[in-house]
Amino acid sequence: MDLTTGWTTAAPAVSAAFLASLVEVVEAFTIVLAVATVRGWRPASLGALAGLALLAVIVAAFGPLLGLVPLKLLQFTVGTLLLLFGMRWLRKAILRGAGVIALHDEALAFAAETAELREHAHRRATRLDWFAGLASFKAVVLEGLEVVFIVIAVGAGHGLVVPASLGALAAAVLVLGIGLLVHRPLARVPENMLKFAVGVMLSAFGVFWVGEGLGIAWPGEDLAIPVFAVLFLLSGLAGVALARRPAVEEMP
Amino acid sequence: MSWMTDAWREVAGLFVDDGWLAAAILVVIAVAVIVALGLGASLAAGGVLLFGCLGVLAANVIAAART
Repeated sequence: MDLTTGWTTAAPAVSAAFLASLVEVVEAFTIVLAVATVRGWRPASLGALAGLALLAVIVAAFGPLLGLVPLKLLQFTVGTLLLLFGMRWLRKAILRGAGVIALHDEALAFAAETAELREHAHRRATRLDWFAGLASFKAVVLEGLEVVFIVIAVGAGHGLVVPASLGALAAAVLVLGIGLLVHRPLARVPENMLKFAVGVMLSAFGVFWVGEGLGIAWPGEDLAIPVFAVLFLLSGLAGVALARRPAVEEMP
Repeated sequence: MSWMTDAWREVAGLFVDDGWLAAAILVVIAVAVIVALGLGASLAAGGVLLFGCLGVLAANVIAAART
Protein backbone atom coordinates (compact mmCIF):
# COMPACT_ATOMS: atom_id res chain seq x y z
CA MET A 1 0.00 0.00 0.00
CA ASP A 2 1.58 3.31 -1.04
CA LEU A 3 1.45 6.41 1.12
CA THR A 4 -1.40 8.12 -0.77
CA THR A 5 -3.60 5.04 -0.82
CA GLY A 6 -2.71 4.28 2.81
CA TRP A 7 -3.75 7.77 3.88
CA THR A 8 -6.92 7.53 1.78
CA THR A 9 -7.91 4.45 3.77
CA ALA A 10 -6.55 5.54 7.14
CA ALA A 11 -8.05 9.05 7.19
CA PRO A 12 -11.71 7.94 6.93
CA ALA A 13 -11.07 5.11 9.44
CA VAL A 14 -9.43 7.40 12.00
CA SER A 15 -12.02 10.16 11.42
CA ALA A 16 -14.93 7.73 11.76
CA ALA A 17 -13.48 6.30 14.99
CA PHE A 18 -12.80 9.80 16.36
CA LEU A 19 -16.23 11.27 15.53
CA ALA A 20 -18.20 8.19 16.61
CA SER A 21 -16.26 8.01 19.86
CA LEU A 22 -16.89 11.70 20.44
CA VAL A 23 -20.65 11.05 20.38
CA GLU A 24 -20.46 7.93 22.57
CA VAL A 25 -18.07 9.41 25.15
CA VAL A 26 -20.26 12.53 25.46
CA GLU A 27 -23.28 10.28 26.17
CA ALA A 28 -21.38 8.16 28.71
CA PHE A 29 -19.88 11.26 30.36
CA THR A 30 -23.37 12.76 30.82
CA ILE A 31 -24.50 9.73 32.87
CA VAL A 32 -21.25 9.52 34.86
CA LEU A 33 -21.47 13.24 35.63
CA ALA A 34 -25.11 12.86 36.71
CA VAL A 35 -24.08 10.06 39.10
CA ALA A 36 -21.20 12.18 40.43
CA THR A 37 -23.50 15.18 40.92
CA VAL A 38 -26.05 13.22 42.95
CA ARG A 39 -23.82 10.74 44.83
CA GLY A 40 -20.28 12.06 44.49
CA TRP A 41 -17.32 11.00 42.39
CA ARG A 42 -16.59 7.79 44.32
CA PRO A 43 -19.46 5.60 43.01
CA ALA A 44 -19.33 7.42 39.64
CA SER A 45 -15.64 6.78 39.08
CA LEU A 46 -15.73 3.25 40.55
CA GLY A 47 -18.58 2.34 38.19
CA ALA A 48 -16.81 3.94 35.24
CA LEU A 49 -13.51 2.20 36.03
CA ALA A 50 -15.28 -1.16 36.40
CA GLY A 51 -16.91 -0.54 33.01
CA LEU A 52 -13.56 0.28 31.41
CA ALA A 53 -12.07 -2.87 32.98
CA LEU A 54 -14.86 -5.03 31.52
CA LEU A 55 -14.32 -3.44 28.10
CA ALA A 56 -10.59 -4.17 28.35
CA VAL A 57 -11.37 -7.83 29.20
CA ILE A 58 -13.75 -8.08 26.22
CA VAL A 59 -11.14 -6.60 23.85
CA ALA A 60 -8.36 -8.80 25.26
CA ALA A 61 -10.55 -11.92 25.03
CA PHE A 62 -12.05 -11.41 21.60
CA GLY A 63 -9.42 -9.25 19.86
CA PRO A 64 -6.95 -12.06 19.15
CA LEU A 65 -9.79 -14.22 17.73
CA LEU A 66 -10.12 -11.75 14.83
CA GLY A 67 -6.77 -12.98 13.50
CA LEU A 68 -8.18 -16.51 13.24
CA VAL A 69 -11.11 -15.51 11.00
CA PRO A 70 -10.42 -15.77 7.23
CA LEU A 71 -9.99 -12.24 5.84
CA LYS A 72 -12.84 -12.43 3.29
CA LEU A 73 -15.27 -13.74 5.92
CA LEU A 74 -14.13 -11.03 8.35
CA GLN A 75 -14.60 -8.30 5.72
CA PHE A 76 -18.06 -9.60 4.76
CA THR A 77 -19.24 -9.95 8.38
CA VAL A 78 -17.83 -6.62 9.53
CA GLY A 79 -19.20 -4.93 6.39
CA THR A 80 -22.69 -6.32 7.03
CA LEU A 81 -22.61 -5.16 10.67
CA LEU A 82 -21.30 -1.76 9.58
CA LEU A 83 -24.15 -1.37 7.10
CA LEU A 84 -26.73 -2.30 9.76
CA PHE A 85 -25.10 0.01 12.32
CA GLY A 86 -24.12 2.91 10.04
CA MET A 87 -27.37 3.10 8.10
CA ARG A 88 -29.32 3.02 11.38
CA TRP A 89 -27.34 6.05 12.59
CA LEU A 90 -27.73 7.78 9.23
CA ARG A 91 -31.49 7.12 9.12
CA LYS A 92 -31.94 8.51 12.62
CA ALA A 93 -29.78 11.56 11.84
CA ILE A 94 -31.76 12.24 8.66
CA LEU A 95 -35.09 11.97 10.50
CA ARG A 96 -33.80 14.21 13.31
CA GLY A 97 -32.40 16.70 10.79
CA ALA A 98 -35.78 16.76 9.04
CA GLY A 99 -37.65 17.30 12.30
CA VAL A 100 -39.51 13.97 12.04
CA ILE A 101 -38.09 12.73 15.37
CA ALA A 102 -36.82 14.80 18.26
CA LEU A 103 -33.16 15.70 18.74
CA HIS A 104 -31.17 14.05 21.50
CA ASP A 105 -30.41 16.56 24.22
CA GLU A 106 -27.56 15.97 26.69
CA ALA A 107 -28.92 18.56 29.16
CA LEU A 108 -32.27 16.74 29.27
CA ALA A 109 -30.55 13.34 29.51
CA PHE A 110 -28.54 14.70 32.45
CA ALA A 111 -31.68 16.04 34.13
CA ALA A 112 -33.52 12.73 33.64
CA GLU A 113 -30.62 10.70 35.08
CA THR A 114 -30.21 12.94 38.13
CA ALA A 115 -33.98 12.88 38.72
CA GLU A 116 -34.00 9.07 38.60
CA LEU A 117 -31.08 8.85 41.02
CA ARG A 118 -32.77 11.28 43.42
CA GLU A 119 -35.98 9.27 43.20
CA HIS A 120 -34.00 6.18 44.23
CA ALA A 121 -32.43 8.22 47.04
CA HIS A 122 -35.85 8.72 48.59
CA ARG A 123 -36.81 5.06 48.28
CA ARG A 124 -33.64 3.06 48.92
CA ALA A 125 -31.05 5.27 50.54
CA THR A 126 -28.79 2.45 51.72
CA ARG A 127 -28.43 0.86 48.30
CA LEU A 128 -28.02 4.11 46.41
CA ASP A 129 -24.24 4.01 46.03
CA TRP A 130 -24.53 0.56 44.49
CA PHE A 131 -27.31 1.74 42.16
CA ALA A 132 -25.38 4.90 41.23
CA GLY A 133 -22.21 2.94 40.53
CA LEU A 134 -24.19 0.50 38.39
CA ALA A 135 -25.66 3.38 36.35
CA SER A 136 -22.16 4.70 35.71
CA PHE A 137 -20.90 1.17 34.88
CA LYS A 138 -23.75 0.51 32.42
CA ALA A 139 -23.23 3.82 30.63
CA VAL A 140 -19.52 3.19 30.15
CA VAL A 141 -19.99 -0.44 29.04
CA LEU A 142 -22.83 0.21 26.59
CA GLU A 143 -21.36 3.33 24.99
CA GLY A 144 -17.88 1.78 25.13
CA LEU A 145 -19.08 -1.34 23.31
CA GLU A 146 -20.18 0.86 20.43
CA VAL A 147 -16.73 2.47 20.36
CA VAL A 148 -15.02 -0.94 20.43
CA PHE A 149 -17.22 -2.20 17.60
CA ILE A 150 -16.58 0.87 15.45
CA VAL A 151 -12.81 0.76 16.02
CA ILE A 152 -12.69 -2.94 15.09
CA ALA A 153 -15.08 -2.50 12.17
CA VAL A 154 -13.28 0.38 10.48
CA GLY A 155 -9.81 -0.87 11.36
CA ALA A 156 -9.77 -4.67 11.17
CA GLY A 157 -10.03 -5.12 7.41
CA HIS A 158 -6.87 -3.15 6.60
CA GLY A 159 -4.79 -3.52 9.75
CA LEU A 160 -5.85 -0.06 10.98
CA VAL A 161 -7.05 -1.05 14.45
CA VAL A 162 -4.23 0.87 16.18
CA PRO A 163 -4.76 4.18 14.26
CA ALA A 164 -8.53 3.84 14.72
CA SER A 165 -7.99 3.17 18.45
CA LEU A 166 -5.86 6.31 18.67
CA GLY A 167 -8.68 8.27 17.02
CA ALA A 168 -11.12 6.93 19.62
CA LEU A 169 -8.68 7.63 22.45
CA ALA A 170 -8.19 11.21 21.23
CA ALA A 171 -11.97 11.72 21.34
CA ALA A 172 -12.16 10.31 24.89
CA VAL A 173 -9.32 12.54 26.10
CA LEU A 174 -10.90 15.59 24.44
CA VAL A 175 -14.36 15.00 25.93
CA LEU A 176 -13.08 14.13 29.40
CA GLY A 177 -10.70 17.09 29.39
CA ILE A 178 -13.39 19.59 28.42
CA GLY A 179 -16.00 17.85 30.60
CA LEU A 180 -13.88 17.96 33.73
CA LEU A 181 -13.08 21.62 33.09
CA VAL A 182 -16.63 22.83 32.52
CA HIS A 183 -18.14 20.25 34.91
CA ARG A 184 -21.47 20.00 33.16
CA PRO A 185 -22.97 17.98 30.27
CA LEU A 186 -21.48 18.85 26.88
CA ALA A 187 -24.82 19.93 25.45
CA ARG A 188 -23.30 22.11 22.75
CA VAL A 189 -21.71 19.24 20.85
CA PRO A 190 -23.52 19.10 17.49
CA GLU A 191 -24.46 15.49 18.09
CA ASN A 192 -26.84 15.05 15.18
CA MET A 193 -24.33 16.45 12.70
CA LEU A 194 -21.68 14.10 14.09
CA LYS A 195 -24.05 11.14 13.88
CA PHE A 196 -24.90 12.11 10.30
CA ALA A 197 -21.19 12.25 9.37
CA VAL A 198 -20.39 8.98 11.15
CA GLY A 199 -23.42 7.26 9.61
CA VAL A 200 -22.24 8.35 6.16
CA MET A 201 -18.70 7.06 6.77
CA LEU A 202 -19.74 3.76 8.38
CA SER A 203 -22.22 3.06 5.57
CA ALA A 204 -19.50 3.77 2.99
CA PHE A 205 -17.10 1.43 4.81
CA GLY A 206 -19.89 -1.16 5.04
CA VAL A 207 -20.53 -1.23 1.29
CA PHE A 208 -16.78 -1.37 0.64
CA TRP A 209 -16.11 -4.24 3.07
CA VAL A 210 -19.10 -6.35 1.98
CA GLY A 211 -17.90 -5.92 -1.62
CA GLU A 212 -14.34 -6.83 -0.67
CA GLY A 213 -15.68 -9.87 1.17
CA LEU A 214 -17.48 -10.93 -2.02
CA GLY A 215 -14.27 -10.43 -4.03
CA ILE A 216 -15.53 -7.38 -5.95
CA ALA A 217 -12.65 -5.38 -7.43
CA TRP A 218 -13.85 -1.81 -6.73
CA PRO A 219 -12.62 0.73 -9.29
CA GLY A 220 -9.88 2.78 -7.65
CA GLU A 221 -9.66 0.22 -4.83
CA ASP A 222 -9.56 2.16 -1.51
CA LEU A 223 -10.42 5.41 -3.29
CA ALA A 224 -13.92 3.97 -3.72
CA ILE A 225 -14.59 4.62 0.02
CA PRO A 226 -14.70 8.45 -0.25
CA VAL A 227 -16.79 8.13 -3.42
CA PHE A 228 -19.30 5.95 -1.56
CA ALA A 229 -19.24 8.44 1.32
CA VAL A 230 -20.13 11.29 -1.06
CA LEU A 231 -23.03 9.25 -2.47
CA PHE A 232 -24.37 8.46 1.02
CA LEU A 233 -23.91 12.12 1.99
CA LEU A 234 -25.88 13.36 -1.01
CA SER A 235 -28.52 10.70 -0.42
CA GLY A 236 -28.76 11.72 3.23
CA LEU A 237 -29.08 15.42 2.42
CA ALA A 238 -31.76 14.60 -0.15
CA GLY A 239 -33.50 12.49 2.51
CA VAL A 240 -33.52 15.43 4.95
CA ALA A 241 -35.03 17.67 2.27
CA LEU A 242 -37.67 15.10 1.29
CA ALA A 243 -38.66 14.23 4.85
CA ARG A 244 -38.50 17.78 6.26
CA ARG A 245 -41.19 18.78 8.74
CA PRO A 246 -41.58 21.75 11.07
CA ALA A 247 -39.22 21.48 14.07
CA VAL A 248 -40.52 19.43 17.00
CA GLU A 249 -39.79 20.05 20.67
CA GLU A 250 -36.48 18.62 21.83
CA MET A 251 -36.75 15.47 23.95
CA PRO A 252 -34.17 13.03 25.38
CA MET B 1 -29.60 -9.89 36.27
CA SER B 2 -32.16 -7.64 34.60
CA TRP B 3 -29.43 -5.15 33.73
CA MET B 4 -27.74 -7.88 31.66
CA THR B 5 -30.98 -8.41 29.75
CA ASP B 6 -31.20 -4.64 29.26
CA ALA B 7 -27.57 -4.58 28.12
CA TRP B 8 -28.17 -7.40 25.63
CA ARG B 9 -31.26 -5.60 24.27
CA GLU B 10 -29.25 -2.41 23.87
CA VAL B 11 -26.39 -4.22 22.12
CA ALA B 12 -28.84 -5.91 19.72
CA GLY B 13 -30.53 -2.54 19.26
CA LEU B 14 -27.26 -1.11 17.93
CA PHE B 15 -27.84 -3.06 14.74
CA VAL B 16 -31.59 -3.56 14.58
CA ASP B 17 -33.38 -0.40 15.61
CA ASP B 18 -35.90 -0.27 12.80
CA GLY B 19 -36.63 -3.86 11.79
CA TRP B 20 -37.83 -2.84 8.32
CA LEU B 21 -34.51 -1.11 7.52
CA ALA B 22 -32.36 -3.94 8.88
CA ALA B 23 -34.35 -6.58 6.99
CA ALA B 24 -34.17 -4.58 3.75
CA ILE B 25 -30.38 -4.15 4.10
CA LEU B 26 -30.00 -7.91 4.61
CA VAL B 27 -32.13 -8.56 1.50
CA VAL B 28 -29.93 -6.18 -0.55
CA ILE B 29 -26.81 -7.97 0.70
CA ALA B 30 -28.36 -11.37 -0.12
CA VAL B 31 -29.19 -10.22 -3.67
CA ALA B 32 -25.63 -8.90 -4.07
CA VAL B 33 -24.29 -12.29 -2.93
CA ILE B 34 -26.53 -14.09 -5.44
CA VAL B 35 -25.43 -11.75 -8.27
CA ALA B 36 -21.78 -12.19 -7.26
CA LEU B 37 -22.15 -15.98 -7.22
CA GLY B 38 -24.07 -16.02 -10.50
CA LEU B 39 -22.01 -13.53 -12.51
CA GLY B 40 -18.74 -13.80 -10.67
CA ALA B 41 -17.58 -11.08 -8.31
CA SER B 42 -18.43 -8.41 -10.85
CA LEU B 43 -19.21 -4.74 -10.54
CA ALA B 44 -22.87 -5.66 -11.11
CA ALA B 45 -22.91 -7.12 -7.61
CA GLY B 46 -21.24 -3.96 -6.33
CA GLY B 47 -23.87 -1.84 -8.07
CA VAL B 48 -26.67 -3.90 -6.51
CA LEU B 49 -25.07 -3.45 -3.11
CA LEU B 50 -24.37 0.29 -3.32
CA PHE B 51 -27.52 1.46 -5.07
CA GLY B 52 -29.66 -1.07 -3.21
CA CYS B 53 -28.51 0.38 0.12
CA LEU B 54 -29.04 3.96 -1.06
CA GLY B 55 -32.53 3.04 -2.33
CA VAL B 56 -33.47 1.25 0.88
CA LEU B 57 -32.33 4.24 2.94
CA ALA B 58 -34.35 6.69 0.83
CA ALA B 59 -37.46 4.49 0.90
CA ASN B 60 -37.22 3.99 4.66
CA VAL B 61 -36.77 7.69 5.41
CA ILE B 62 -39.67 8.69 3.17
CA ALA B 63 -41.90 5.99 4.70
CA ALA B 64 -40.96 7.15 8.22
CA ALA B 65 -41.71 10.77 7.31
CA ARG B 66 -45.18 9.83 6.06
CA THR B 67 -46.24 7.90 9.17
